[in-house]
Amino acid sequence: MPASGPAQAHGPRLAGDLAIWFFILAELLAFGVFFAAYAFARAKNIELFAAEQAALNRNAGALNTVLLLTASYFVVRAVQAAEAEASRQCANWLGGAILTGFGFVVVKLTEYAAAFEHNISLSSSTFHMFYLSLTFFHFMHVILGLVILIAMWNGARQGRYRPGDMNGLETGAAYWHMVDLVWLILFPLVYVIH
Amino acid sequence: MQYKSQAVAMPYFIAAIGLFVGQIIFGLILGLQYVVGDFLFPEIPFNVARMVHTNLLIVWLLFGFMGAAYYLIPEETETELFSPKLALAMFWIFLVAGALTIVGYLLVPYSTLASMTGNDILATMGREFLEQPLLTKIGIVIVALAFLFNITMTVLKGRKTVISIVLLLGLWGLAIFFLFSFYNPVNLVRDKFYWWWVVHLWVEGVWELIMAAMLAFVLIKVTGVDREVIEKWLYVIITLALVTGIIGTGHHYFWIGTPEYWQWWGSIFSALEPIPFFAMTVFAFNMVNRRRREHPNKAAVLWALGTGVMAFLGAGVWGFLHTLAPVNYFTHGSQITAAHGHMAFYGAYVMVVLTTISYAMPILRGRAANSEKAQVLEMWAFWLMTIAMVFITLFLTAAGILQVWLQRVSDTPMSFMATQDQLMLFYWMREWAGVMFFVGLLVYLASFFVKGEAKAVAARG
Repeated sequence: MPASGPAQAHGPRLAGDLAIWFFILAELLAFGVFFAAYAFARAKNIELFAAEQAALNRNAGALNTVLLLTASYFVVRAVQAAEAEASRQCANWLGGAILTGFGFVVVKLTEYAAAFEHNISLSSSTFHMFYLSLTFFHFMHVILGLVILIAMWNGARQGRYRPGDMNGLETGAAYWHMVDLVWLILFPLVYVIH
Repeated sequence: MQYKSQAVAMPYFIAAIGLFVGQIIFGLILGLQYVVGDFLFPEIPFNVARMVHTNLLIVWLLFGFMGAAYYLIPEETETELFSPKLALAMFWIFLVAGALTIVGYLLVPYSTLASMTGNDILATMGREFLEQPLLTKIGIVIVALAFLFNITMTVLKGRKTVISIVLLLGLWGLAIFFLFSFYNPVNLVRDKFYWWWVVHLWVEGVWELIMAAMLAFVLIKVTGVDREVIEKWLYVIITLALVTGIIGTGHHYFWIGTPEYWQWWGSIFSALEPIPFFAMTVFAFNMVNRRRREHPNKAAVLWALGTGVMAFLGAGVWGFLHTLAPVNYFTHGSQITAAHGHMAFYGAYVMVVLTTISYAMPILRGRAANSEKAQVLEMWAFWLMTIAMVFITLFLTAAGILQVWLQRVSDTPMSFMATQDQLMLFYWMREWAGVMFFVGLLVYLASFFVKGEAKAVAARG
């Protein structure tokens, strides 16, 4: 890949804006505290957690994992395309990421619909509280991530990102990868590990 | 000063400082009533003094915020204020309404005040911090709307900066959440639930935006650091403040009858509330270290740095101390809360207003900075008040730990009043720290009247 911008001559360059990395660290800390609270609550209530976890739709969770990973891959390709001065492809890859991201939203919504049909609520049990809170908190991040992806898609179509001027694209990409990363911990933790 | 209309900030700042003095005098009365129970009884009972102490605090901070907005908005938007006359009219309305309310608290029994002011038409009185009579509350809304109209119109016709937009967002939020003070459901759980929408979403939500904007403005002026850098920090700080602060409201919903999940939500999100305050501290020190100029107003720089540190300690650390539900189960409503309340309000909001006054007042009086002598005195006041507040906080924390132990943890728990008797030593020490604070405040007042060689006439600002 061609070196992008003069900054690279002076050693490794931070991809994206410094501010987004502060923000990502704060987000990871927030999810981290939430995960720790989950572990703490689960340790006191292993049977309940195991039983209710088994009732979750693991296939939907797995499908969503695939969708998010695919979206992240598309975002990586979009960044690479922009670095190769191919704005058109960059926009197309971002379009793909947006579609797969929306796929996640649809799967999640059907999962929520099924849960509400079974009278699962924030107050129905501690496990359900964590399941709904954690996944919904993450869900809101996916929504925000999609808004950012759409803004970037728009920017890419106008040819805004090019070598040496990648800050906006990389910043948004870093945020999206964070959303993906959190799900990669959330999914096994809440749906699988027992 | 760059814009003539900035001058309307001056009466707001003077009123703020005047009411601040009143607040501290009532603080001293209250502190003494803790140890000498019948002091000034029946003329000024404890509940009335407390109401005056807390209401004066809120009102003078509002004066400070409004003054700060009138000062910084013209400079940020690079245009004169939409209507300086409206700003001045609102000043007098707010001052007179505020003074009448305090006089009402002091002269007539609270229930008489309630029946005199139409509380039977719409009952809004009797709730902590929102004790104001209906008429005063309506007055506050009118003043706030006129103020917001004035500021918003100014921003609309001028340059739009991140600082002015964040400030505007905070001020609009302040006005909108105040409307919940008119909603007073019969159900006590609902009552408390929405009461916090005013109290918590003010101080741990929208006020943080106002504070960050004010701090950022002063830091740009005294350090000369690029606006771009400061704006980026501002974005990060306000996002963190809102993400943690809004759901963090849950730390008030642990024991009021709301569903149990609030214990988790409140604990988790409010545990993260120190982060934006920590970011503000790092921000202030970082900007001062990267300064591109030596501003002659050293006192303002000291106040700005002090705000960062004390807000983090008072709001962040002392808030975290008792924010987790399992801890709060024991500490709820004890002197630990009072310790946190004192240092958080002083560190975050009192100090940010004093920072802005420290920077703006000399300029409003026609000089870039006060004389060396006046600044030295102001810095003495800074240290006296700040150290006194640290002591007040530590003594109240000690009292709180002892209180929680004797009353709630011990195998043979004592009654509330019997416990209070055991805390007298700490209450006395707190009162003496309060006297030290008052001395600091007097030194602060004196610093405005010290003459001496003024630093360079403010060349257009």
